[in-house]
Amino acid sequence: MSLSTETQNQPTGSKSFGGMQARSEAALNDARVAIRNLDFFYGDNRALKGINLDLPDRQVTGMIGPSGCGKSTLLRILNRMYSLYPGQRATGEVLLDGQNIISDAVGVNELRAKVGMVFQKPTPFPMTIYDNIAFGIKLHEKLSKSEMGERIEWALTRAALWNEVKDRLDKSALGLSGGQQQRLCIARTIAVRPEVILFDEPTSALDPISTLKIEELIDELKRDFTIAIVTHNMQQAARCADQVAFFYLGELIEVAPAAQLFTAPKHPKTQEYITGRFG
Amino acid sequence: MSLSLSSMPHPGPRKDAAMAARLGASRKRADIIIRTLCIAATVIGLVLLASILITLFYRGFDALSLRVFTHITAPPGSEGGLLNAIVGSLIQSVIGTAIGTPIGMLVGTYLAEYAKDSWLGNAVRFVSDILLSAPSILIGLFVYQILVLPFGGFSGWAGIAALAIIVIPIVVRTTEDMLQLIPNTLREAVVGLGAPKWKMIVLVCWRSAIAGIMTGILLAVARVAGETAPLLFTSLGNNAWSTDLSKPMSSLPVTIYSFAGSPFEDWIALAWAGALLITLGVLSLNILARTLLRSRT
Amino acid sequence: MASESVMPIKATRRSSGLGDKVFALICQAAGILVLILLGALIIELFIAGLPAFRAFGIAFVTSTEWDPVQELFGAGVSIYGTIVTAVLAIVLAVPLAFGVAFFLTELAPPWMRRPVGTAVELLAAVPSIIYGMWGFFVIAPAFAQNVQPWIIDNIGEWPVIGFLFQGAPFGTGLFTAAFILAIMVLPFIAATMRDVFEQVPPVFKESAYGLGATTWEVMKGVVIPYTRVSVVGGIMLGLGRALGETMAVTFVIGNANRISTSLFGPGNTIASLVALEFGESEIGSLKLSSLLALGFILFLLSFVVLATSRYLLRSRLKA
Repeated sequence: MSLSTETQNQPTGSKSFGGMQARSEAALNDARVAIRNLDFFYGDNRALKGINLDLPDRQVTGMIGPSGCGKSTLLRILNRMYSLYPGQRATGEVLLDGQNIISDAVGVNELRAKVGMVFQKPTPFPMTIYDNIAFGIKLHEKLSKSEMGERIEWALTRAALWNEVKDRLDKSALGLSGGQQQRLCIARTIAVRPEVILFDEPTSALDPISTLKIEELIDELKRDFTIAIVTHNMQQAARCADQVAFFYLGELIEVAPAAQLFTAPKHPKTQEYITGRFG
Repeated sequence: MSLSLSSMPHPGPRKDAAMAARLGASRKRADIIIRTLCIAATVIGLVLLASILITLFYRGFDALSLRVFTHITAPPGSEGGLLNAIVGSLIQSVIGTAIGTPIGMLVGTYLAEYAKDSWLGNAVRFVSDILLSAPSILIGLFVYQILVLPFGGFSGWAGIAALAIIVIPIVVRTTEDMLQLIPNTLREAVVGLGAPKWKMIVLVCWRSAIAGIMTGILLAVARVAGETAPLLFTSLGNNAWSTDLSKPMSSLPVTIYSFAGSPFEDWIALAWAGALLITLGVLSLNILARTLLRSRT
Repeated sequence: MASESVMPIKATRRSSGLGDKVFALICQAAGILVLILLGALIIELFIAGLPAFRAFGIAFVTSTEWDPVQELFGAGVSIYGTIVTAVLAIVLAVPLAFGVAFFLTELAPPWMRRPVGTAVELLAAVPSIIYGMWGFFVIAPAFAQNVQPWIIDNIGEWPVIGFLFQGAPFGTGLFTAAFILAIMVLPFIAATMRDVFEQVPPVFKESAYGLGATTWEVMKGVVIPYTRVSVVGGIMLGLGRALGETMAVTFVIGNANRISTSLFGPGNTIASLVALEFGESEIGSLKLSSLLALGFILFLLSFVVLATSRYLLRSRLKA
């Protein structure tokens, strides 16, 4: 909470930044996820250095920074995706509901039911639309056929996809367009009813219209979910995020409400980055 | 709870934590069981390989003496060796590979450099792949029909022809694969200097791909050195000393086959010695080929 | 040499144009030679088998007779043996191959992958005749003394499938042949499975892991559906190899020309029958023709299976 409370009283309001509107509401909620003194290593290479960051409850945290700054690495710690790969390890604390989720005491599969993830490229599984959504649900719950149907409808509706696919649930998900596939992946993630959703550059493979739809969706989803989104696109961060964190060379340089970070950054590095002098 | 409205509420934290936990435990159990079975399958594979090698050493090592290399095959009970079989195998494998390799390289070059997507190229590629996995006994029958019957009998040449036909598709596959790894920018650089295409292929592409092609050749030698079935109907076997390729010629695998199936203890022992020799040779060639490929890529 | 250095351009241009044509023609001719080889193989086997096809007609394929004295020959028993041993080999090999491939792609620590993978591939390098000797001198006695009596006593009493496991424990027979074949095709199937499993983009696996799936659930739910076609292609490749395997089978199948209902009974396959009987056939005899006709049938069987395998694995090459 330290960083976010510090910035809570900053002046707010809609301010123009490079021709785009930054989010106006700067008031941040209490933390849902609290990252404390987090270090991360690829073998001997320290990729994240002493990260402290809060993800405010049911708000969107945008993570920006040049390639290799550690923003995606941080995202992949939050659901312990890194544990798939030998030689990668994290130290420190990531608290969700009071538990340190990077300790082995928390079951990794249970953790991923609570912390869902949407990837850069749409990843529809080679099965029907229905089975794609049911895949995650079946892992964690035993539902009757009607309950399953309701849940799938709910997830697809929340992902703004229901009307487009309700007549072809038994068709292969591979037949959907790129934007639809990505919304399918979002539906698949929320169908498990996570508390936190991680977006790893979710629109980098999509056209502008699909991108806009996903951004609207993220805005809609934050009523119920705590969201973290990694993006290389600063406009996107400005449009979607309530709070923005800027990373550079494995360090968290600055975190602030979106409007403030983009209009009045405190750190010179942030200033340089958002004005496009490097990255 | 009506779930069809777009503004429906988040169902909230799971109330069915107990079910999720139960399900989680049984899922984890299934995962562990499958993992264990997979490890067991791998162990079984390794144990089988070990069992073959141990058997070969156990039975073959005792029978392996200097006599095996200095004496030719002899009637049971008369202190024979395997010299003629070893030499016959070497002759046929080496000449067979020497004949099959250039043809295979040319075909592989044709596929990679000239006929990437033409119908003729696709047909050649398909047929070559079929030959690669086709039963080798059929190649023996084929060569029997075209070289043994019309030319009056079994001969070393027929054996060589059968082995060469087996070598061709192996070399085709590696040559094509290796040539395809060469970036087009290299080809463009050579042609850009004004070199004709055939020089580009021979002087640059083949040279860049040579480690991979050598691997293919070594694997081909290893494969034909152990082939028995195609030699049964072609070079047949010969218990006398002969390096005349127009006469029937002995070979290690065929000798092992006839000795192992005999009722004589000393022949069976010689068969084990031969089996040990051939397996060691074939496996070393394989490992050598792999090491060569790995060190160059 | 001197004149070439004076007028190099014209001289090399003319000769290089010719060189290109000649080289291209040589390469193409080599390619056509491969087509001719296979074409000639089919035609030669068919022509050589023609007397047998003429003498026995279509009944050659179904007849279970093999009587050199009365000159009555049929392919029924050996076709039955070929198919039964090859299919049973696949049934035994596929779970093992899957286990090996799963282990090598998902479970094994990285340092272990290459040596273990190489060891399994070396199983494919061991010559067929070695499998034959090992099967005959090691596996068959072990089966006769331990494995088969146990199976006969236990599974042999089961309803429906029990009859497959009855009779005397000879050690040799269809089952032992299939067992040896399974080991021989294991590396081919396992290598294909491993290669196609590795081609699944990591992000798909991560998406499934991201939903909380276990390694096995990721394999079952994503990797296998994703690679299904190629996996079947790999299995067909193994089947094609098993159909024509000769020496190993000849040693352990028992070589009897009869169809036994029990898998422990002796039998033969096309390849083993040809290998055994060829030496005792006179040139121009109906028996020799029958053996070559068997070869033709074996070619058709393998061709269909191998062509299917290649068709299925094509999608993998294109992707």
